[in-house]
Amino acid sequence: MGANIYKNKKPLVFFLLPAFLFMIIYLYYPFFRNILNSFMKIRQLGTAAKGFNEPWFSNYVKMVTDKNMHTALLNTLIMMLVTLMFQVGTAIVLAVLVDNIGRGSRFFRTVYFFPIVISATALGLLFNLIFLYDKGMINQLLEKLGADGLTDWKAKGIALVTMMFPVVWQYVGFYFVILITGLNNIPEDLYEVASIDGATRWQRVRFITLPLLRNVICTCAVLGVTGALKVFDLPWVMFPKGMPLNSTWLTGTYMYYQTMEAKDVDYGSAIAVAIVVLGIITSKVVNKVFKEADY
Amino acid sequence: MKRNKVTPGTIIIYAVLIFWALTTIYPIFWVIMNSFKAKDKIMTDSFALPMGKLFTTANYRTAFDRLNIFGAYRNSLIISCSVAAVVILLAGMASFALVRYQFRLRGLMMSLVVAGMMFPVFSTIIPVYQMENSWGITASKSLLLNLLCVILPQIAGNLSFAIVVLTGYIKSLPIELEEAAYMEGSTAFQTFFQVVVPLTKPSFATVAIFSFLWSYNDLFTQMFFLRNQKYWAITRLMQMLTSKEGTNYGLMASTVSLVVIPVIILYIFLQKYIIKGMTAGAIKG
Repeated sequence: MGANIYKNKKPLVFFLLPAFLFMIIYLYYPFFRNILNSFMKIRQLGTAAKGFNEPWFSNYVKMVTDKNMHTALLNTLIMMLVTLMFQVGTAIVLAVLVDNIGRGSRFFRTVYFFPIVISATALGLLFNLIFLYDKGMINQLLEKLGADGLTDWKAKGIALVTMMFPVVWQYVGFYFVILITGLNNIPEDLYEVASIDGATRWQRVRFITLPLLRNVICTCAVLGVTGALKVFDLPWVMFPKGMPLNSTWLTGTYMYYQTMEAKDVDYGSAIAVAIVVLGIITSKVVNKVFKEADY
Repeated sequence: MKRNKVTPGTIIIYAVLIFWALTTIYPIFWVIMNSFKAKDKIMTDSFALPMGKLFTTANYRTAFDRLNIFGAYRNSLIISCSVAAVVILLAGMASFALVRYQFRLRGLMMSLVVAGMMFPVFSTIIPVYQMENSWGITASKSLLLNLLCVILPQIAGNLSFAIVVLTGYIKSLPIELEEAAYMEGSTAFQTFFQVVVPLTKPSFATVAIFSFLWSYNDLFTQMFFLRNQKYWAITRLMQMLTSKEGTNYGLMASTVSLVVIPVIILYIFLQKYIIKGMTAGAIKG
């Protein structure tokens, strides 16, 4: 395409160099440098590394024995599962329902997508107010409904639920929009033929919509699990430093804590490497599971 | 799809859909409503509309007295506008070259772009900090240098997505216009800035709005680079509220409203571009 008028290759450097310099300096170099950093001694965030750790893999040994890291990994895996089940799940239900109605689909699309544009920090503050012990929105509502006593939504047993609920809630609309786009690509005739053959509404969903949507659902699932790894702002605002009692760490918040608060910069780098590895493994697994699933 | 009359099924469907719509709208409405009430009334009477005696603007006065809201807004705007502007310029040029020119490294460069979307910010932030520190631009006394520390990594973080969206769009443009310009002796630069850029405007809008919002909402990078309170942008300011003013719920409600309302207005007017942009990067698969 365009080969004839764009034969002179000299302008290429001018067009490509700035963007690619940026990406190499700010993405590719730091990415590999970070892997190297995770084996080295770094005293302070700003300073350069001073030689290798002894043994060089000591940060990874530490990670294996670090109880908080176990919590963070476990919570992150739970977060991924919750994301798949409730975030993508809710989005599928909502998308199929919207696809089945005549009026208002544009309205629902706008409204469902809306929380995504709000900063997670603001939502963290907002949900702090909603889940406030004495007394936020939920506890006031429960009181009105006749519950006696207040529920501490940030207590140890339930903290994880309180943290994940807003995260899941915020991104449902994102998957909803992706799925709706996929649904619009399914040809209308298929439904018509099915209707003539006497298929009920549920059968049309079960045997036409879901199978044809499989690849889109797979994309959503991959985005969901990798997205769960990137969560930071909202948990950090609602449950800073793994509160209560180190029970709400996620890999992202724990990486930040180790780097900025505990000042163990090279350990922070190692956790970042673990996040990348976890991301690669889980997205491969999800791809395999969803691509081979049979309806 | 207009194939059904009003059946009980349809009513249930609407009920479910409206329920979820309420969960997305009501919390925001609730916090804005409560930002106009006294602190103790939020704790006892949070579902009432702020009318008559309940209504007060005290929380907003506190917010503007005690927090440097305008300063933080200004810093946020400088950061996010610069990010959006540089991203569309650089990504636009790169996308044009990647689509229209045939050259040996093209495939490799395209994969570099796509792979660039996969890096979580956690995995690059520490070396970026070291690098900027060695250039002497972190923790300096100059406001602009401090903001620049946030701007540069955010530009890089948005380029990949922007190039993916823009190459998709430029590919669909008819080449005849560019050929006509070439016939009239236009150079590649002129063709790009005078023919391609005007045609790509809708896609530029999508990319610019997306980059702006992403940067405006990103707390993590700001936590790393904006240490001094003078240089804080708006999300960093909010984060501080939870630790320093943890019990002043009225102030929290008013600050959240102040941050959220501009975004809501932006969203209402630009939602077409925003929704397209947020999902375009993802769908290409």
